[in-house]
Amino acid sequence: MADLSINIKKLLFKNPVLTASGTFGYGEEFEDFIALNKLGGFITKGTTLKSREGNAYPRVHETASGMLNAVGLQNKGIDYFIKTTYPIIKDLNTNIIVNVSGSTIEDYTAVAEKLNALEKIPAIELNISCPNVKQGGMAFGTSCKSAAEVTKAIRKTYKKILIVKLSPNVTDITEIARAVEAEGADAVSLINTLLGMAIDAEIRKPVLSTVTGGLSGPCIKPIALRMVWQTYKAVKIPIIGLGGIMNAADAIEFFLAGATAIQIGTANFIDPQTSLKVIKGIENYLSKHKINSINELVGKLSIE
Amino acid sequence: MKYIKDFKILKNITISDDTFVLELQLRQKLPIIFPGQFVEVLINKSKNTFLRRPFSIHDVNTSKNTISLFIKKVGEGTEALSKYKVGDIVNIIFPLGKGFNLVKNKKVLLIGGGCGIAPLLYLSKRLNENNNEIHVLLGGRSKEDIIKIKEFKKYGKVYISTENGSLCERGLLTQNSVLKNNFDKIYACGPAPMLKAVAKIAKEKNTECEVSLENIMACGIGACLCCVVETKKGNQCVCTEGPVFNINDLTWQI
Ligand SMILES: Cc1cc2nc3c(=O)[nH]c(=O)nc-3n(C[C@H](O)[C@H](O)[C@H](O)COP(=O)(O)OP(=O)(O)OC[C@H]3O[C@@H](n4cnc5c(N)ncnc54)[C@H](O)[C@@H]3O)c2cc1C
Ligand SMILES: Cc1cc2nc3c(=O)[nH]c(=O)nc-3n(C[C@H](O)[C@H](O)[C@H](O)COP(=O)(O)O)c2cc1C
Ligand code: FES
Repeated sequence: MADLSINIKKLLFKNPVLTASGTFGYGEEFEDFIALNKLGGFITKGTTLKSREGNAYPRVHETASGMLNAVGLQNKGIDYFIKTTYPIIKDLNTNIIVNVSGSTIEDYTAVAEKLNALEKIPAIELNISCPNVKQGGMAFGTSCKSAAEVTKAIRKTYKKILIVKLSPNVTDITEIARAVEAEGADAVSLINTLLGMAIDAEIRKPVLSTVTGGLSGPCIKPIALRMVWQTYKAVKIPIIGLGGIMNAADAIEFFLAGATAIQIGTANFIDPQTSLKVIKGIENYLSKHKINSINELVGKLSIE
Repeated sequence: MKYIKDFKILKNITISDDTFVLELQLRQKLPIIFPGQFVEVLINKSKNTFLRRPFSIHDVNTSKNTISLFIKKVGEGTEALSKYKVGDIVNIIFPLGKGFNLVKNKKVLLIGGGCGIAPLLYLSKRLNENNNEIHVLLGGRSKEDIIKIKEFKKYGKVYISTENGSLCERGLLTQNSVLKNNFDKIYACGPAPMLKAVAKIAKEKNTECEVSLENIMACGIGACLCCVVETKKGNQCVCTEGPVFNINDLTWQI
C-alpha cells in the first residue's frame, strides 16, 4: 500500500488529511462518527486568550454550493482549553493542532506561550485573518508588514511547529506567504474564508448580523486551488491546502497544485465522515496510478 | 450517541397543501430517542440545498424501527423532500439535541403553533405513559392549518385557536381560554413571537415552561457555533444545548 505519511519539519503526520479550524469543534463533537485516531491531525476551533461570546445571531446563511458564517471566534479561552478540553483529547493518537486567534500581538503570544508548554500539542496554526486588530482595524493577514510582525513575535516564544493560516482577502497572497516564511513560519495553511455578504430583499436588510461574513465550501475551491498553486511557486515551506474540499478528487487537485497536506472544512457539516472517505480515496488514487508515496504527487501539475 | 444512517422512506403522506409526513425506516434497531430531539436530513434531490435541514422527530415506532417527520414546505429543500417517493433513501444524522424533560403524574399543557406541533405528538405519547393529564392547544391561521387533531385526542384533551375563527376559538393561540387554567407545566413549540407570548403567560402564572427553539443550523452537532441563542449562561448552541430550553434560562422572555 502507498505511503500516505508526510512531514512538516520533524513532525510526522500519518496521512495528509486534517480537519479545518472552526468546522471540527475540539474533535469530541465528531467522536460518534469517526475514529479521530485515523486522521492525520485535527485543528481546533480558533482559541483566544480570553473567552469570547462571538457575534450576534444570525451567523449563518446558505449560498449556492457554500455558506457564509459570522461566528466571530466564539470560544471559552485558552485556560478553559488547557484545563478542560486538553485532558480529554490529549491521548488521541493524532496530531492536535490548536488554531490561535487574537486581536493584538500580545494576545497571540500569550496564547502561544501557554500552548508551548503542552506536551501533546505539537503545533499551532496562527489565524491571522481576524479583522479586529488594535491599530487601524486592519486584519493582520492582509498586510505583509503586520503578518511578518505577528509571526516574528510568536516565533520568539513558540518553539514547536508554527503554521500560519493566510487570508485570501488580499491582492497577492504569495507576498504574505513569503513574509511569514521569512519570519520563521514552518508551513502555511491556505485559505481562510473569503469575505462575502447576503441580502434579504424582502426586508432590504443584510442576512448576517455582521453584514459581511466568511464564505466557505465548494464555491471557493477554484480560488483556493489557484492560491495554493501560486504560493507553491513562491515559497519553500510546505503548504496545507483547503477551501471547498468535499471528496478525494478535490483533495488530489490540491496535492497536484502544491499542497503537502489538506484540510476538510465545511464538508464536515454535510457528512461528518468526509475526512475518512478522503483518506480512503487518496489511497485508491495512489494505488490506481501506482504511486508509492503521497509526497510524489505534490506540485506535479503538468502545465504543457 | 449520535448516528449517521440511511433511512428508507416507507410512507410520504400529504397532510395539507403545504404539509406532509415522512415515515422513515432504519434497517437496524433504533437507539433511544427522547421527545424534542431532532434529525439533520441530507436533501440530495435538491441541487441548491447545500446544508442539511433540521426537523423535529414527530413520532417514533420502536417495533417497526421507524421515525416520522412532520414537515412544512417553506423553500427549495422542503419542497424537494415532499417529492421523495416510497423506497427512496435519505441520509440522516440523529438523534440530535436535548429533548423535553418528562414529568410524571402532572397536569400539563402542550402548545403547538404551525409546524411547531411536530415534536408534540411523540411528547404526548411519552407523557401519557407517565400518567400525566394532558391538554393540547393547537393554533394556526385557519382551519386548514390545524391538523393531527385525532392523533392528539388519543392522549388528551385538544383545544384549538384559529386566527380567522374558521375552527373553534377565534384569535391568537395565546388568547385561548384554556390558558386561564392552571397547569403544572407548559411545553411549547412554534414561531418565536408565539413562544415569547407563551413564556410571558407562564412567567405570570409562575408555571414551569419549556420551549423548543428553531435557529438556522449548519452542522447540527455543536461544531460550527452558528445556531446560538443568548442564555443566562452566555451564548449556547440550539443544536446541542437545546433545541428545548427552560424559559428561565433564556434572556429573551418578556
Ligand atoms: C431544531 C429544529 C427543528 C425543526 N423542526 C421542524 C419540523 O419538525 N418541521 C418543519 O417543517 N420544520 C422544522 N424546522 C424548520 C426547518 O428546518 C426549515 O423549515 C427548513 O430548514 C427550511 O428548508 P428549505 O430548504 O425548505 O427552506 P430555505 O430555502 O432554506 O428557506 C426558506 C425560508 O424558510 C425559513 N427557514 C429556513 N430555515 C429555517 C429554520 N431553521 N427555522 C425556521 N424557518 C426557517 C426562512 O424564513 C427562509 O426564508 C426545524 C428547525 C430546527 C432548527
Ligand atoms: C463556521 C466556520 C467557522 C470557522 N472558524 C474558523 C476559526 O476559528 N479559525 C480559522 O482559522 N478558520 C475558521 N474557519 C475557516 C475554515 O477553517 C476554512 O479555512 C474555510 O472554511 C475554508 O475551507 P472549507 O471551504 O473547506 O470550509 C471557519 C469556517 C467556518 C465555516
Ligand atoms: S448548527 Fe453547528 S453548532 Fe449548532
